[in-house]
Amino acid sequence: MFREPWEAQAFAMTLALHERGVFTWPEWAAALASEIKRAQAAGDPDTGETYYSHWLAALERIVADKGVTTEDTLHRYRDAWDRACDRTPHGQPIELQPEDFA
Amino acid sequence: MAHDHSHDHHDHHHHDHDHSELSETQLRVRALETVLTEKGYVEPAALDAIIETYETKIGPRNGARVVAKAWTDPSFKQALLADASKAIGTLGHVSRVGDHLIAVENTPQRHNMVVCTLCSCYPWEMLGLPPVWYKAAPYRSRAVKDPRGVLDDFGVTLPSDTEIRVWDSTAETRFLVLPMRPAGTEGWSEEQLAEIVTRDSMIGTGLPDPQVKVK
Repeated sequence: MFREPWEAQAFAMTLALHERGVFTWPEWAAALASEIKRAQAAGDPDTGETYYSHWLAALERIVADKGVTTEDTLHRYRDAWDRACDRTPHGQPIELQPEDFA
Repeated sequence: MAHDHSHDHHDHHHHDHDHSELSETQLRVRALETVLTEKGYVEPAALDAIIETYETKIGPRNGARVVAKAWTDPSFKQALLADASKAIGTLGHVSRVGDHLIAVENTPQRHNMVVCTLCSCYPWEMLGLPPVWYKAAPYRSRAVKDPRGVLDDFGVTLPSDTEIRVWDSTAETRFLVLPMRPAGTEGWSEEQLAEIVTRDSMIGTGLPDPQVKVK
């Protein structure tokens, strides 16, 4: 039922964080529901195909709300992965190095 | 949040196709996983184990076995309808997310159908991961307003005097439909019966299909 590996990763991280007690399941459901509403208001057709995009956005939001990390940190890591991606030749595993946090 | 990211800072390598490509979404997921791993909140191996469990070990078969047992064991059925979480717990299934499961029984008078209008809550432990249509807005809104029309789309026609009851799941409460045992399955074993219990029949958008057996 996962169409792409990232969907499975986002799903698994959510379950793992819940098991660690970072948030309760009702808190998670509320975060997800509010992302779905936000996306619908922004014109998302909400056909189920974009479900895990909403899931990911809710996960990013709830970890920031719970003080696990910050939006800025997530942006910094996202940019670092982008740089790692740029310097990695196609076909080789992409690994994050300190230099990627330029 | 990160979807605001423009692609401006990609421009310097825009025409360079030798490097690897990750989509914006993949970058965000990697960022999350790295941060959570570094902080000790998750372990990649544990994440893989969760994914493997949900992709290969948990599926509608869990629910199907529960239904088949309820069809053949009246005291289990009674326990299931009284407290599904507890009854299913006796079979060794424990919910990871602490939700409470309620089993709703189909009868000639009443057909049950499950939806989650808000966020597609779903009894994963019993049914695996939800199908795309379950998460889609058309199903979520129409299941409540026009359940008979939705059933029609699924090819399910019920007698006009059968009441259709729609159950809206929440984070705390999930529902499992206990379908009616089809005629002509007398004497079947629990294993044989479990094979004809489809996922949709436990959501209430389908009926058990005795033909599955002979196909």
